[in-house]
Amino acid sequence: MGEKVFMQGNMAMAESAIRAGCKLFFGYPITPSSEVAEYFAKAMFARPEEEITFIQAETEVSAFNMIAGAVAAGHRAMTATSGPGFSLGQEAMSFMSCADLPAVILDIMRPGPGDGDIMAGQSDYYQLTRGGGHGDYRNLILAPYTVEEGCHLMQEAFVLAEKYHNPVVVASDGNLAKLRESVELPGRLEVPDPQTQYNVLSGFDPAVREKHVFLTGMNGVAEVIMINERLQKKFRDIEENEVRYERYQCEDADIVLVAYGSLARVCISAMKLAREEGIRVGLIRPITLWPYPEKAFRDLNGKKFLCCELSAGQMIDDVKLSVENKHDVYLFSRWGSVLPSPKEILADIRKLNEVK
Amino acid sequence: MGTIKIDFQRCKECGYCINFCPKKVLSKGTAVNKRGYFPPVVGEGCIACGTCARMCPDAAISVYKED
Amino acid sequence: MKTIYERPQIFTDAITTYCGGCGHGIVNKLIAELIDEMGLQRDGVIVWPIGCSCLADKFYDMDQIMALHGRAPATATGIKRAEPNKFVLVYQGDGDMVSEGMAEIMHAAIRGEKFSVIFINNAIYGMTGGQVAPTTLMDQKATTAPVGRKAVNTGYPINMAEVLGSLRGVCYSERVTVTTPQNVMKTKKAIKKAFDLQLAGKGMTFVEVLSPCPTNWGMPPVKALEWISDVMVEQYPLGVFKDEEGED
Repeated sequence: MGEKVFMQGNMAMAESAIRAGCKLFFGYPITPSSEVAEYFAKAMFARPEEEITFIQAETEVSAFNMIAGAVAAGHRAMTATSGPGFSLGQEAMSFMSCADLPAVILDIMRPGPGDGDIMAGQSDYYQLTRGGGHGDYRNLILAPYTVEEGCHLMQEAFVLAEKYHNPVVVASDGNLAKLRESVELPGRLEVPDPQTQYNVLSGFDPAVREKHVFLTGMNGVAEVIMINERLQKKFRDIEENEVRYERYQCEDADIVLVAYGSLARVCISAMKLAREEGIRVGLIRPITLWPYPEKAFRDLNGKKFLCCELSAGQMIDDVKLSVENKHDVYLFSRWGSVLPSPKEILADIRKLNEVK
Repeated sequence: MGTIKIDFQRCKECGYCINFCPKKVLSKGTAVNKRGYFPPVVGEGCIACGTCARMCPDAAISVYKED
Repeated sequence: MKTIYERPQIFTDAITTYCGGCGHGIVNKLIAELIDEMGLQRDGVIVWPIGCSCLADKFYDMDQIMALHGRAPATATGIKRAEPNKFVLVYQGDGDMVSEGMAEIMHAAIRGEKFSVIFINNAIYGMTGGQVAPTTLMDQKATTAPVGRKAVNTGYPINMAEVLGSLRGVCYSERVTVTTPQNVMKTKKAIKKAFDLQLAGKGMTFVEVLSPCPTNWGMPPVKALEWISDVMVEQYPLGVFKDEEGED
């Protein structure tokens, strides 16, 4: 446990996943995520003792469905991709949530829509939190703001996926992916015996247990109700237990910034600059994008909120829902590709400070 | 000499058993099952070749041979 | 009394959801017989597709997964790569495999994934109600080919057993049918060979079955079998297209 290294975000998160017991990686190259696939590909041959299987799938569609098979067989498996690839994975996200499959996906966000750009963005927020696929399903979304936090969330993703029998997405971005910084790598996780995993396709004995079937097809109203009620209970459990966020200096603040991912780091700097000028600024940093940390907003009355995003204003919907229209919510929006400077955000903070 | 047992409710009246029986032991039935099909009736002369069972898409036919 | 034929043990009591005379039923039964005979119930998984056979999990007492449309070979890749000693059977129809899932089956074959694939070719979409398939014959009528299949908007049929047989990752590829008791036995033999080669750890094994769809072809079941023998085999000749030990 715990050696300090200077490492690129993608590689550090790949190493953390290996240490979490992720034996199978199915992926399709896409910038800015490809180093994760390359790391696993290298490990498969350079570290035979890890017993890693790396498959470069023909499409992200296939990669996501390969994960479905591997986790159904009781093993930890993941992919890493970026917006356009994550879009292709959406049918499988809906499928895996419905089938109770504990897949782990690392989504390195970049600007969209369409082919978009290959740099950093946060344009997958709607897709991550609303579900880009069909049906009433949810995915647990973890958004780190440093490489080190990314490493820990990467490992926890496997545990949470197995705990709730649901896909978990670690939502990184192009900045954290390419950033090299000092990180204390997490140690190894205990890996459950595949045979003991929920509903696993392994070790069937008709004398001991009923057959295990992963099924998402619903035949008639009774099955539609039964399966959906089971899913909604799962999502309520996640909402009750897994909300995560950090708050910085919100108690005395007049203006509260809301930001996640690499942009939250810029906001922390902007907050400090503002406080040096005497403007009382705080920050809410959601770590789970779904379930959204609504409770982080509950006791903050009489404040203005500035939602900062590398998208046209997607998370702002959740901020407005969280304050239930009782407070003014403003938007600081950039398209991504490059991060704004703390001074750009400070300029908006100053303007907002003048608003009566 | 053979015995044919037909699972009456399982039959969907495709007629494969009747068509392929080499001894023409099976013929169209007149009694209807729950799903509205008329399963075949078994006549005399079965040689227990199992062809009817082999062709049945619904695994509705069992065949036995007397020793 | 000697038992000549009895319903396979692996089958549950469920009545199949197929139409009368459907070839799926015959092939499902052969699979069940082989699972019984080869003792594959405990350490086997069937990966079902979307289509008429997507409710087939109800018929078997063993572990199963119903994949997304066309994705069964990808899902099976995940299972087999995670548990290489497990017996994995992929079952797909023509809409599922050749249309929606062409990339998945081709690349699973290219990688030489070591599972068995049974492909039901009935030259039409069954569950959605008789639309044109990539395997529909020229001039064969379908609800989306009302004047018969024409190349101008649907192109030409594809022969999967030949195509897959041409790939190095596939060690066995055969096309069979279920039109007569003799052909049913040949189909069982082909599937058994595919299963045996998988258990021996060889490459992908592929069995294409020309299968009747009386409902969507608009024919009585016995006529549907005759149509396969008289018409369909011209486009899709029966035979072995690849039979080798595969790469280790």
